[in-house]
Amino acid sequence: MTATQERAEVAQEIGRDRRRKEDQRLITGRTRWTDNITMPGMLHLAMVRSPFAHATITSIDKSEAEAAPNVVAVLTGADLGESQGTLINAWAITTDQVAPAHPPMPPDRVSFAGEVVAVVVARSAAEARDAAELVDVEYDELPAAVDLKAAARDEVLAHPDLGTNKSAFWKFDSAEAGTGGDVDEAIAKARDGGVVIEREYRQQRLIPAFMEPRSVVVDPTGEQITMWSATQIPHILRFALAATTGVPESKIRVIAPDVGGGFGGKLQTTPEEWLVFAIARRLGKPVKYTETRSESLMVGHHGRDQWQKLTLSAEKDGTVTGLKVELLADLGSYVSLIGGGVPVLGAFMFNAIYKFPAYQFNCQTVLTNKTWTDAYRGAGRPEATFAIERLMTELAAELDMDPLELREKNWIRHEEFPFTTVAGLEYDTGNYEAATAKAKEMFGYDELREEQRRRREAGDTVQLGIGVSTFTEMCGLAPSRVLGQLNYGAGGWEHASVRMLATGKVEVTTGASAHGQGHETAFSQIIADRLGVPFEDVEVLHGDTQVAQRGLDTYGSRSLVVGGEALVRAADKVIEKARPIAAHLLEASVDDLEFSGGRFSVKGTDQGMSIAEVSTAVFTAHDYPEGIEPQLDSDATYDPVNFNYPHGTHLCAMEVDTETGQVKMRKYVCVDDIGTIINPLIVSGQVHGGLVQGIAQALWEEAVYDDAGTLVSGSFTDYLLPTAADTISFDIDHTSSPSITNTLGTKGVGEAGTIASTPAVVNAVVDAVRHFGVNDIQMPCTPERVWKAVHDRDAGGGDPTTGAAAPHFDSSTGMDGTVDRTTGGTL
Amino acid sequence: MTRISLTVDGSKVADDVEPRMLLVQYLRERLGKTGTVVGCDTSNCGACTVHLDGTSVKSCNVLAVQADGAEVTTIEGLATGEDLHPVQEAFRECHGLQCGFCTPGMIMQSVALLEENPQPSEEEIRLGLEGNLCRCTGYHNIVKAVQQAAGQGAAS
Amino acid sequence: MIPAPFDYLAPTSVEEALAALAEHGDDAKVLAGGQSLLPVLRMRLNAPEVVIDLGRIESLRGVRDEGDVVVVGAMTPHSVVASDPLVAEHAGLVSRAVEHLADAQIRHRGTFGGALAHADPAGDLGAPALALGAQFVIAGQGGSTRTVEADDFFVDLFETAIGEDELLTEVRLPKHTGWGAHYEKFVRVAHQWPIVAVAAAVKAEGGTITEARVGLTNMGSTPLRARAVEEALRGQPATEEAVREAASRAAEGCTPPSDLNGDADYRRHLATVLTRRAVLAAAGA
Repeated sequence: MTATQERAEVAQEIGRDRRRKEDQRLITGRTRWTDNITMPGMLHLAMVRSPFAHATITSIDKSEAEAAPNVVAVLTGADLGESQGTLINAWAITTDQVAPAHPPMPPDRVSFAGEVVAVVVARSAAEARDAAELVDVEYDELPAAVDLKAAARDEVLAHPDLGTNKSAFWKFDSAEAGTGGDVDEAIAKARDGGVVIEREYRQQRLIPAFMEPRSVVVDPTGEQITMWSATQIPHILRFALAATTGVPESKIRVIAPDVGGGFGGKLQTTPEEWLVFAIARRLGKPVKYTETRSESLMVGHHGRDQWQKLTLSAEKDGTVTGLKVELLADLGSYVSLIGGGVPVLGAFMFNAIYKFPAYQFNCQTVLTNKTWTDAYRGAGRPEATFAIERLMTELAAELDMDPLELREKNWIRHEEFPFTTVAGLEYDTGNYEAATAKAKEMFGYDELREEQRRRREAGDTVQLGIGVSTFTEMCGLAPSRVLGQLNYGAGGWEHASVRMLATGKVEVTTGASAHGQGHETAFSQIIADRLGVPFEDVEVLHGDTQVAQRGLDTYGSRSLVVGGEALVRAADKVIEKARPIAAHLLEASVDDLEFSGGRFSVKGTDQGMSIAEVSTAVFTAHDYPEGIEPQLDSDATYDPVNFNYPHGTHLCAMEVDTETGQVKMRKYVCVDDIGTIINPLIVSGQVHGGLVQGIAQALWEEAVYDDAGTLVSGSFTDYLLPTAADTISFDIDHTSSPSITNTLGTKGVGEAGTIASTPAVVNAVVDAVRHFGVNDIQMPCTPERVWKAVHDRDAGGGDPTTGAAAPHFDSSTGMDGTVDRTTGGTL
Repeated sequence: MTRISLTVDGSKVADDVEPRMLLVQYLRERLGKTGTVVGCDTSNCGACTVHLDGTSVKSCNVLAVQADGAEVTTIEGLATGEDLHPVQEAFRECHGLQCGFCTPGMIMQSVALLEENPQPSEEEIRLGLEGNLCRCTGYHNIVKAVQQAAGQGAAS
Repeated sequence: MIPAPFDYLAPTSVEEALAALAEHGDDAKVLAGGQSLLPVLRMRLNAPEVVIDLGRIESLRGVRDEGDVVVVGAMTPHSVVASDPLVAEHAGLVSRAVEHLADAQIRHRGTFGGALAHADPAGDLGAPALALGAQFVIAGQGGSTRTVEADDFFVDLFETAIGEDELLTEVRLPKHTGWGAHYEKFVRVAHQWPIVAVAAAVKAEGGTITEARVGLTNMGSTPLRARAVEEALRGQPATEEAVREAASRAAEGCTPPSDLNGDADYRRHLATVLTRRAVLAAAGA
């Protein structure tokens, strides 16, 4: 029996647009956010943070704060010493990686603005904040390494004792790896008779900006020390706490209750978690810390922040021959949990869906005195996809070809799968032709091209541009052996268990801890089909290391393709355990039993019993075969054999007001191939949300620092998240080439929209104004940049953002703003 | 301390509060109405939206003392017993939420929007929700949910 | 996110409020709708010892007709102003500006007088108030009141003619019945303060602009009148070419800020484009 037939038979829940189980509590306010937790005698923390990007702490006077009402303690890095533990880097991308030690609260020197220098513990959060204002810290300011390119030249050192800002250099070369040719040769050849596209693109710094600010509570009063944290990674957090604080892992319980979004931003072990843990242990009391939004934007890790130097070679007919990538990646002031590895996650993706014969990837990671960077939705792959999709569009423009035709000329044809790429990955399935054909039809590609032509000819104030992105990504992190080869500090497996309760209900535990994606619903659908039990009878438990004891958590679009597969395998084990018991009870031979629709039946008879009945029978255990244990519970750990390669064609139409530079989205169509869909409703939500995050990188978001290393876009007033009024309704659809690397045929979807949409939007904006001689506009494509590019005030469209925020919340009502209103000129 | 008395989700409550206490803190910390959440400190995000004397406000931008004598409705007071408000129902039906953190504010603002404009256009819905940030849904299904609720006469 | 401690006073009359101001002076902040003040207090950018809440003074709310003017009480919420038929008929420019000010929740809570007294140069109400020649009624100690013309009201960034022991009680909007009005607001995302906005009111007869009033938002440390544009428009036909020519003078004398959303030169350029669009829309052209 083939896998396809098997799927067809059980497809009752899978594919249904089930409404989410999670929603009842979320729409009625019956939620369990970490900040909701209160306990008798609970203490609250307020952080005293450095205003300077780089400074020596010369003195800390705590006396006034200590004397304030209801203050229990004021603690510094020196006070806590080694008891605070240390923050780890789980992925040293090279063996000689340069990385500073990362104490949660450094005693002597701060290396980014916002770093914690003292903690006030008080009986209420308000009193803790009041006293924090009274802590008097003196600093000797040091020169700060702020600009990435300057930092790469070691002009100012972020950590003087390291002697360099260069952390690690990582290279992949297809000629050396034996997966392709020599890229320099290909480029040299193209310079003589072919085409060479050379560009430098900026991946601006972004902030994940999950809606729930991070919060952590630690209760040290039980036998286990319990930490509740708004985290994506309760299991990794527990491991890291044990590994760095000396507390045995068995004495630590981590719970991620309802978690309000993450997008990679909660894939982190944070100074605040370590400090709450240390202080709760020190004081023997439950302790809580919840960050403000200002703190969250300032010190929660940031994402992206790369300069990409790119060289693409091709023949005159558009056939690509080589791709060379040279990246500078800003780590910020520390090498965080997987911060150094994020750009490497893109290393295998720059070649994307195209048949490059030669490829080279070089990445230099660099330390600066800014907030550290780490995973943000897509992590490495959006950067890669942006680069290649922008380059392919530029090549098409250079050759005066339609950008889709050029892509088709170079992409892997559907009959060529499985296909081993120049980066050494084996793409299992895909059909770029089918997705593109569907997208073009939905978009009305030819009609919009015609409108574009009309507007250009008429010289309309508002020009129309069409952007293309035919993306793929690698997701479902990850085969553990591959991670081992990349020197990653953990595996990539996932764990699940299925518990059959006496009443026939089913409890499922998963190590993939959700924070809004709908696992409770999708996993229930999988189990309902697999075990033939009602959807409502399945309860999915997660996010508590005492309940779902093994796991590697949620990131990298892995929950379904890795966690879901573990679930399938655990469920299959339940069936196999139940089979001999059912046979015994039915007085039949095991070989005569068949299992379908949740029922064991004896072939050729009407005799049978449900798996729920077997559950009840093993609970009473009055009658079961000799030599078999009376229970059905099973678990499984699944280590994927390959990554997973969703793909899709995204088409975007943008209107650009050439008088003001204002950009407006007109239409967005995407056709994604994510294999088998478990729940189309949940998938649509993942796609919509992913799209808007990717669009937001293209148009709105940028974490801007001033020259002193202060985050200027430090509130939602200045870090611009789009609202409903700034976005449109999207046209989404799917084609399906089921993955052959997992039983259900699924592919990851969590990051796809974000990865694909950014280049589609920028390609559209550039396309709208290319006839003005514009071939690039730096992200975010602000009206100012677009206008300057069109009017040749700045040919590259890379006008730097003025590092100043408008002072809406200050002056007469508070502190001075950073904006210069006196000169009427630039700063 | 200042004495305040108000009605929250139909129940009369009275407390001595510090004048600096925000309404949202009062709801969460004194009344245990933790369904209403705090998402920012600049009043941009709207996660804390409640109804104060019948209109939507951001409860992080109102002092508890300012609500003295007022009637407050939170996400926890929207349903009637087991019967969800049509807007709540529509959010679930249209998958208008993912992590759910913005959802209480988003629903409360959607209810206010429909009370002021029972048959809004898509543009009016989008503008009516400009004070509420969501990071998960891309707003697409939120707009659909409000449209669906409007179609079912949610405002009545 | 928790303000520093303060004492709270909630006077029920203007007299009581003025007495409280006289007593606490520098140590006090006046709370109107609080939509700008509370974030400031929460982020501890300011920590007054006393907060005087005007929310219980009923006489400060409401809109009324007084012959040549429409009078808006200082504590009238934006949402009430936005839907008020008197304002719509006689001061349509204010209606246009206030209907998209901030967001719905803030319009429910924020007040007309509070926003004007806050005097954020990026605030949406200054330019229309200036363009319409609003008069600001300010109550002082000892029962005195004075009326300040719009041209004299806005002094500097977050600074107005209101003295430390005075209160803005009402804003008198001279009727511009029959004038066309448009507020052209330029933002990157909807919940932003305008990067630049232009408020235009136009009186046109038979396709000719007989009078125009143009106010600029966020083109300097206060809202500004684009007087050069107003003069250039007088007697001109309401055509694209004529208005374009006049609007090209919109940024004359402006010293706009440079910030994350654009530099000063870009803002100067925006002012000319937005002025043309606002005037043409106001003229119904």
